[in-house]
Amino acid sequence: MTTTELAQLPGTTSAGPPVISLRGLRKSYPGRVVLDGLDLDVHRGECFALLGPNGAGKTTAIEVLEGVRRRDAGSVLVLGEDPARAGRAWRARLGVVAQGEGAGQALGVRETLDHFARYTATPRPTGELLAAVGLAEQAHTRVGRLSGGQRRRLAVALGVQGNPELVFLDEPTTGMDPVARRQFWQLVRDLRAGGTTVLLTTHYLDEAAELADRVGVLARGRLVEVAPPADLGAGLRRMSTVGWREGGGWREVRTEEPAAVLRELLATTPHAEVPGLTVTRPGLEDVYLSLVGAEGGSR
Amino acid sequence: MTTTRPAPPSTARIALARVGLELRLFSRERQQVAFSFAYPIVMMVIFSAILAGDERPGDIPFAQYFLAGIAATGIMLVSFATVGTTIAAERETGVLERLQLLGTPPAAYFAGKAGQVLVTTAVQLALLLPVARYGYDVPMPADLEHWLTFGWVAALGALAGTVLGIAVAALPGSATSVSTGISALALVLQFFSGVFFGFLELPGWMQQVAALFPLKWLTQGMRSAFLPEGAGAFEVAGGWEHGRTVLVLGAWVIIGVVVCARTFRWRRGEG
Repeated sequence: MTTTELAQLPGTTSAGPPVISLRGLRKSYPGRVVLDGLDLDVHRGECFALLGPNGAGKTTAIEVLEGVRRRDAGSVLVLGEDPARAGRAWRARLGVVAQGEGAGQALGVRETLDHFARYTATPRPTGELLAAVGLAEQAHTRVGRLSGGQRRRLAVALGVQGNPELVFLDEPTTGMDPVARRQFWQLVRDLRAGGTTVLLTTHYLDEAAELADRVGVLARGRLVEVAPPADLGAGLRRMSTVGWREGGGWREVRTEEPAAVLRELLATTPHAEVPGLTVTRPGLEDVYLSLVGAEGGSR
Repeated sequence: MTTTRPAPPSTARIALARVGLELRLFSRERQQVAFSFAYPIVMMVIFSAILAGDERPGDIPFAQYFLAGIAATGIMLVSFATVGTTIAAERETGVLERLQLLGTPPAAYFAGKAGQVLVTTAVQLALLLPVARYGYDVPMPADLEHWLTFGWVAALGALAGTVLGIAVAALPGSATSVSTGISALALVLQFFSGVFFGFLELPGWMQQVAALFPLKWLTQGMRSAFLPEGAGAFEVAGGWEHGRTVLVLGAWVIIGVVVCARTFRWRRGEG
């Protein structure tokens, strides 16, 4: 990642107050702690991805920020207001791509967008929205006849219809095919080009890496790491594994200095090949799996 | 981006958009349309066939007495039952969640339901009355005054039924269980409110329970529009009680809307 993105790390100053600011956010359901003290700042123009396995609390966190779920403790400011008390003028500045459906199965796609355009003072033109999400051909199709991926695209169109300053995308590409996913990524980039701040939840690593300036890994109700995607799990990533066969068995050395290990190894066998020699660094997925504490990992 | 943006559209403008939407959605549900409009007519045909020779208190032919009851029941059906069932389904499919995220005022949502119910009620009655008039020789309201009574009773009853539907949809449970509860309540209310039988023939406790709900007043108000003036003597209070009818139905509408707007749940589970 580039230096401009590093400049948005917490602690460094950014233009204006953070768009989202969380301190000690807690939320429990009977018998289960879902959010166990979240601290986070998201800055204007940033794209932040909340990454985590199902049940990690991503949706609950985003619902608290949207002001549709009560919190147990902690302070929350979104666009300078407490979502639990903010009114319609505040809500008009937010866009939400929700997991639910549109206005009614019997309504057409264009009809749905035209209808919801009347709820906002600043609607984007329906034709432009249809083109942006790739639903121009389905403009007259009834919502009930759309495929799962097409419904998600409609949800995206509805989420950005009011020209929001801040957009919440809750698992936006779930159920989309690869083409639709790439189209959607482009839509997010276009949004950001217009200065929109984006908070995204996803369980796709590649999506977080593709779109986000920073990724927060949520596991067991806590943010276990917040970093630009390339720096995610830096400590874990420094460890390389040097492996080779020796005496009919497999030897492995985990080290931060693979070159030194190799030099030593090669010195012991100056003239022969080292059978099965490999040097591996953990990929993003390995890092992610160890961060969320998944058992078994990919290897 | 700046924070200076125009204020969101008013509740009235969103309400207007909702009325159009609700009518469009209703008209596309063929089964619902057929059921809403055919039910009172079918009931009229069946009951008149069975009880054609019967007379009600005051020598009123059965069909004449029954028209008031079935008109009231029809209104309850398209208001209370349809609204309650639809809201429960809209909550379950996440339609309401979207409205909440858009900051839709609950009053605008309710107004959309009420507008759709008023239009549906008007169409339903416009189909039922000619059947009663020409099929069963039921006299229509005697003069302008009685037509006006018919009009305000129908409108106020439809609105009260809408509010009752909104309130019932707040009951916990899935859309299916809410809709079962609504059918049960509608059926019981029909018997308690003197739709099928003369209200005076009911035991006192049933009359008292019925007096708490809109259907009894709606039915009584309809009788005052369709039956001769003298038939009022056979009501429980010995008269048509228009004042009290306005009071009870009006209370349902006004108090009901305030309570529902404050307690309305956009999604299942805790808020």
